[in-house]
Amino acid sequence: MTVLALEHIDAGYGDTAILHDISLQVERGEIVVVIGPNGAGKSTALKSVFGLLNITAGRVVLEESEITNTPPEQVVRLGVCYVPQTGNVFVNLSVQENLEMGAFVRSDDFRPRLDEIYAMFPDLAEKRRQPAGSLSGGQRQMVAMGKALMLEPKILLLDEPTAGLSPKYRGEIFQTVKAINATGVPILMVEQNAKQALGIADRAYVLVDGENRHTGTGPELLADQEVARMFLGAKG
Amino acid sequence: MWEFVNFYFIPGLVLGCIYALGALGISLTFGILRFANFAHGEIMMLGAYFTFTIMGLTGWHPLVAALPSMALAALLMLYLDRQFFRPFRDSPTIMLVIASFGLMLMIRSAVWVFYGTQSKPLLRGFQRPTQYLDGAIQFPDKHLWIFLTTIVIMLAIWYLLTRTKIGKAMRAVSDSPELAKLTGIPVETVIRATWIVAACSAVAAGVLLAIDSQLDSLMGFKMLLPMFASAILGGIGRPFGAVLGGLVIGVAEELSAYPWIGVEPLLNPAYKTGMAFAIMVVMLIWRPSGLFKGRVF
Ligand SMILES: Nc1ncnc2c1ncn2[C@@H]1O[C@H](COP(=O)(O)OP(=O)(O)OP(=O)(O)O)[C@@H](O)[C@H]1O
Ligand SMILES: [Mg+2]
Repeated sequence: MTVLALEHIDAGYGDTAILHDISLQVERGEIVVVIGPNGAGKSTALKSVFGLLNITAGRVVLEESEITNTPPEQVVRLGVCYVPQTGNVFVNLSVQENLEMGAFVRSDDFRPRLDEIYAMFPDLAEKRRQPAGSLSGGQRQMVAMGKALMLEPKILLLDEPTAGLSPKYRGEIFQTVKAINATGVPILMVEQNAKQALGIADRAYVLVDGENRHTGTGPELLADQEVARMFLGAKG
Repeated sequence: MWEFVNFYFIPGLVLGCIYALGALGISLTFGILRFANFAHGEIMMLGAYFTFTIMGLTGWHPLVAALPSMALAALLMLYLDRQFFRPFRDSPTIMLVIASFGLMLMIRSAVWVFYGTQSKPLLRGFQRPTQYLDGAIQFPDKHLWIFLTTIVIMLAIWYLLTRTKIGKAMRAVSDSPELAKLTGIPVETVIRATWIVAACSAVAAGVLLAIDSQLDSLMGFKMLLPMFASAILGGIGRPFGAVLGGLVIGVAEELSAYPWIGVEPLLNPAYKTGMAFAIMVVMLIWRPSGLFKGRVF
């Protein structure tokens, strides 16, 4: 079953068109990775799902219903959670308050969920009273993901969760993404570290200049000559 | 020694409490709405006049009459936000600042129309200072009320901001409105809550100031400078920094008139409000983010 689909999307900021006829799909249980050069429109594609810019053609479909151009507050309530590339935690709020804010739209008792999140990220449990701004980059990324997971979303959108992290943390974040996915949450993730990302991807898309360039399973794209030349640092 | 405490330190602390309450509201609205609200002093003044009217109608004590005034001021503030500020939410900050400046002039003129320009006492009669420690320490009861009322309101606001869902959401919006939106926090609701808190704390500050001195249609305007200085000293957008800033500036103003050297006041009391200005200028040059790392634009 398809959880999220972008169907032939054209979108942009104001009058500047950035995405041209983009299509993406995430099936139940999948990790889908989007790679592409800087400025290709990867972040823009995620934002378009979240109602952050104007979609001029095409549709966004969540499960059975169309959510094209739905404002962000409502997209959250429909069960889509988005971790932006930058500024994804409330730096002056404690770790715990960040997680509580993640559950803002919930009206039920979310404490059991809080315990689950702390079990998933033991580092955060120790730092629950500290302001999120005082954590390391990797820990902040975990707060951001934990915050998004408080809603038990239907799908999680991650924009470059490993950007700027040391290799050690990068590996940890990829493991975490796999672990989250193993709890049944489908993931749509933009990544720069193409090799590692393709390694955990069920399927992947390559975007270039706001268009779909390649699509395939993780291993297929890893083996693709052009993809290798563009992103994996291989020659020829 | 006791003269220093009775005539300089205690009055400084009392003034500081009033500044702190006012600065708290300014800092809170600045953090969440991102503009310096020049009408804040006028809401203080208006709240004091509302209280005066309610006292006239009911004969209640000013601190009791202040409660319905807070409700009135909060409703009015929500209406004013809708009419004057909401249309400019996505406009450059300067538009909001100018709107608030216009609002300030309108509120003051309205008060002149309804109450006249004469200042008048809120509490009648002279209060004899109560003596403590065999007369060593003495201050009027109203100073005790001002102090206690400030503490109660501060604790209430602290509880709101750190222990309740809407209060935490207020801090989240102050931190990052964009992320708040992505998190599903209803930003407009948070803004309304902020105006309610700002209006209530402003009314409290206005009533306490009128208790301490008198009702005066320019009292809010005169408070603007020390309140902004307090907010900057504490780090703009940091409500409890503003509280500390208010206390520091209140005490500094009064102490500046103490005869530190010789027998003459160090600074002619007529210039003591200059202290707030001096502190503000020094902070803006030396450390614009304030003592508690507020925002810098
Ligand atoms: N807020 C904005 N307003 C106008 N144009 C924008 C905005 N954000 C991005 N763009 C433009 O949209 C294009 C795609 O940007 P986008 O951020 O989607 O790229 P990206 O693939 O995520 O790149 P990166 O790998 O650097 O994150 C770029 O040309 C960029 O200049
Ligand atoms: Mg990007």
